[in-house]
Amino acid sequence: MSQSYLVVVKADCPTCQLVLPVLETLAGRGDVTLLTQDDPAFPAVPGVEYDGSLERSFDLGIEIVPALLAFDGGIETGRCEGWERSAWQGLVGDSALGADLPALRPGCASLSVTPPHGERLRAQRLASRRITLGVEEDVQEALFDRGWTDGLPVVPPTPERVARMLEGTTRDPREVLGEVPPNLVPVTVEKVAVNAVLAGCKPEYLPVVVATVEAALLPPFCMHGLLATTYFSGPMVVVCGPIARALGMNSKGNALGQGNRANATIGRALQLVIRNVGGGRPQGVDRATLGNPGKYTFCFAEDDDPQWQNLNEDAGLARNANSVTLFAADGVQGIVDQKARTPEPLCRSFAEALKVVSHPKMVQAADAFLVISPEHARVFHDAGWSKAQVLAALRADLTRPGTELIRGAGGMEEGLPPALAKRSFEKFREGGLRLVRAGGEAGMFSAVIGGWGASGTIGSSPVTHEIRL
Amino acid sequence: MTSSFVVMDPTGESSPAARAPLALPMSVQGKVVALLDISKPRGDVFLNRVEEKLKAAGATVRRYSKPTFTRPAPTALRQQIADECDLVLEALAD
Repeated sequence: MSQSYLVVVKADCPTCQLVLPVLETLAGRGDVTLLTQDDPAFPAVPGVEYDGSLERSFDLGIEIVPALLAFDGGIETGRCEGWERSAWQGLVGDSALGADLPALRPGCASLSVTPPHGERLRAQRLASRRITLGVEEDVQEALFDRGWTDGLPVVPPTPERVARMLEGTTRDPREVLGEVPPNLVPVTVEKVAVNAVLAGCKPEYLPVVVATVEAALLPPFCMHGLLATTYFSGPMVVVCGPIARALGMNSKGNALGQGNRANATIGRALQLVIRNVGGGRPQGVDRATLGNPGKYTFCFAEDDDPQWQNLNEDAGLARNANSVTLFAADGVQGIVDQKARTPEPLCRSFAEALKVVSHPKMVQAADAFLVISPEHARVFHDAGWSKAQVLAALRADLTRPGTELIRGAGGMEEGLPPALAKRSFEKFREGGLRLVRAGGEAGMFSAVIGGWGASGTIGSSPVTHEIRL
Repeated sequence: MTSSFVVMDPTGESSPAARAPLALPMSVQGKVVALLDISKPRGDVFLNRVEEKLKAAGATVRRYSKPTFTRPAPTALRQQIADECDLVLEALAD
């Protein structure tokens, strides 16, 4: 095989100037190519190649100059970035190379990674179609006109912004995450990044957005049916783990409300992926009769409660893992109980509020999340109740005789077939009721978030998916 | 704005292949018609009535059902219907 070498330099680098004698020596060997980034006249030796577009440096992944790369038959076998005499001597097999120079001298940043070139070069490699808007077009209006928004203004996804967004993940922009319903269109990490820009995400949110899209595409979540249903529901995202704190997500006061960028834009990005990549639009395949405001965005972080198992542990992950949990959710229904100081009466209050999910007489249909605030959690903690104990008490309180649930009972036609009158029923299917901790320090208020009437194998199950950084 | 502005397409950049619907049959006489129940409550009530009408018009009726209305029909079921029948009627929603 044939050995060859490449040296990448720039004139605006003291170390590259320092190693000029080395460059002159190497230029005379015949097996060394010199590539210069900023000045075709540097170094002043014959045969220097000029990388004015910086594309060769970018493709080679050069981060520091001077860089010496060794190849065998065209395949890279070694490199040294910056001047390290012994390494350079070893790579080219010349123990006298640069003998008069210092042993070590750090280099400078390669032009191919410095602003604005690095961003431009990364953007050039992206695959998505570029759309040039007219000189007289208002950018925001143009994005509305193309149907790319959820009804609110979006951040224009310029190639540079998308390239910056992709810096938030180590994953290949070309990686396909799955097929997005309803049109079953393959979605790449890059397309998620474009929509994350639209949604207003920061690059560091991207791993969470990618995990959220992956979770939505898991078969048990049944995103196709969730989108198409006439019911109210849409995906709710709960982020659990250290990443929620790192991103500054809100798990405390107003956790289910507005005002936090990460909460707002991560949930929105998922909806925009479904809309733009999958083609799921209201009054199109989205057949919701009424929908709910959470279909703009519905995302919050789970509060870290050391006394209770968190959503990671519920899913069999390590407590300190990073995960997203997705749930086919309706809106928020508040529960007030300012009198309970012991667990049993508080569970009774919760149970009465949970009974009305979908309809007071519907059982074994919708799932629900119960969001427990700090002041209500304190009641359980003071009594030493675990999450499992609370769930067990709720299940008991939510078991009702068929006579109360059949058609006609309570003067309501909605209900179970009369033949089931002699049985009793739990409100929720096995695993259909989930507890999560969130909320501000003050207020004996918790929240029921009811779910889609089609749960479990018929429709959607909550899914927890680990976030890959 | 004084210069053009470039944005990246957030869509899947795919458009479904245009497929022309088949010509409607002039008669169902002698045809095998599939009735696909999507498994919504009371869909069977509607399909029973449709079956009566189709049989009276001289069609052979075969009944099929999806495991759940929330997901697309499994590929094997679609292939079975295509293999065994000339026409298919699907009862959507309730």
